[in-house]
Amino acid sequence: MKWTRKDLLSLADLSAGEINFILETTAEFKGVGQRRMKKVPSLRGKTLVNFFVEASTRTRTSFELAGVRLSADVVNIAATTSSLSKGETLVDTAKNLEALAADLIVLRHSAAGASQFLAERLRAGVINAGDGAHEHPTQGLLDVFTIKERLGRVEGVKVGIVGDIRFSRVARSNIHALTKLGAEVTLIGPPTLVPREFARLGVGISHSLDDVLGDLDVVNLLRIQHERQKAGYFPGTGEYASLFGLNAARAERLKPEALVMHPGPIHRGVELDGAVADGPHSVILDQVTNGLAVRMAVLYLCGSVSGEKEA
Amino acid sequence: MSVMPPQRLADAGELASAMNVLADGLASELDGRTLVFLAGIPTRGVMLAQRLSGLLAAKGIPSEAGAVDISMYRDDLGMRGGVAPLQATQLPMDLDKWTVVLVDDVQHTGRTARAAIEAVLAFGRPRRILLAVLVDRGGRELPVRPDFTGMAPEVSLGARVRVHLAGQDEGEEGVFIS
Repeated sequence: MKWTRKDLLSLADLSAGEINFILETTAEFKGVGQRRMKKVPSLRGKTLVNFFVEASTRTRTSFELAGVRLSADVVNIAATTSSLSKGETLVDTAKNLEALAADLIVLRHSAAGASQFLAERLRAGVINAGDGAHEHPTQGLLDVFTIKERLGRVEGVKVGIVGDIRFSRVARSNIHALTKLGAEVTLIGPPTLVPREFARLGVGISHSLDDVLGDLDVVNLLRIQHERQKAGYFPGTGEYASLFGLNAARAERLKPEALVMHPGPIHRGVELDGAVADGPHSVILDQVTNGLAVRMAVLYLCGSVSGEKEA
Repeated sequence: MSVMPPQRLADAGELASAMNVLADGLASELDGRTLVFLAGIPTRGVMLAQRLSGLLAAKGIPSEAGAVDISMYRDDLGMRGGVAPLQATQLPMDLDKWTVVLVDDVQHTGRTARAAIEAVLAFGRPRRILLAVLVDRGGRELPVRPDFTGMAPEVSLGARVRVHLAGQDEGEEGVFIS
């Protein structure tokens, strides 16, 4: 097959074949990071705009480095420096970027669907770097890549996603990618954060980490946001940690080869203890390395196709 | 424009002789003491590199065969109707000690060879890079010329030259024009 999309908006849109295509491309770009010359000329002469209307350091840095490694010219725009704060609409800002001949726009926005909105209106390729509680496709891809790299397969792997599922774009992207590739996914957390409706996505639901922990091949712990506590979704971080935190005692009940994942930034002592984050099960830094390779692959693929539409 | 049926430029036996011409040329250039790495350019160059390695071995010249994918180094990104899958690159770890022979099935504009040179240089600084092509069909757009050529038929500019290899392509082995 060939890759024919100019945009990456969600993993729900993609077929299993397309997801595997990106994962295979990622493996080659990971190899580029091990060469003496870590830069390839694929996007030479192209302009990549990182347009972050919501704060982010690690995702933006990862996309920035990915663009640089592909030889694109990279510009970063943060919400506070853009005219959005002066009342310009999102599409006007983006059309201005396109008038400056941006070939690829990486968008992080608090509104679900913002990337799709831009993608439908611009010739440039649009990469969703997180849109509200909708999706964060490159995070889902890097998580699946890390699982496949470490365990050799995705099909049949038992993955537990723990925490704030309700508001998590990371969870949604992971669920779509994992179920399409045949993993068995269980969502774990308090009923307020793991609503029953998620079962429709073809996943299991558990409100007890202790019940399912020993059966999991992968434990992916999501960041708990303090705003949720204020809104009453759970009583306090101490109680959350005692029920759903992966501490050293719980980690002893993991399968020997089980992986512990976290999209970062970690709240040590809340979602997981420091000893577990730094311990033998942890692949958290692999996720960071793989994130760069995934983003290079996605920019390479979508950048090639968006150039085609202009030609 | 009428569609011409594919015409055969070389059958399996003539393809094998062209491979022998390449092997003879390489053998006269390499002294058997240098480390020789045959880097095939996907897709068909990879199989040709393996065959060439076998032919050189029969002449007492040891070599290794691998592949160099050039997709990331092309200058026509986004002009080809979708993006094809990347192929694995296999080059020696200590590239600086090796003579690298780029192996391709058809040389046309020279852009593929240029990209392959850049791709190899990203991995290190080989002692030498040579270019061996089975069919030089002419039509160069860059000053990149093969060091060794198996055959150089007269071909009109608009024609497509295809190499079919047993074990990789359907139908009989040979060189075809359409």
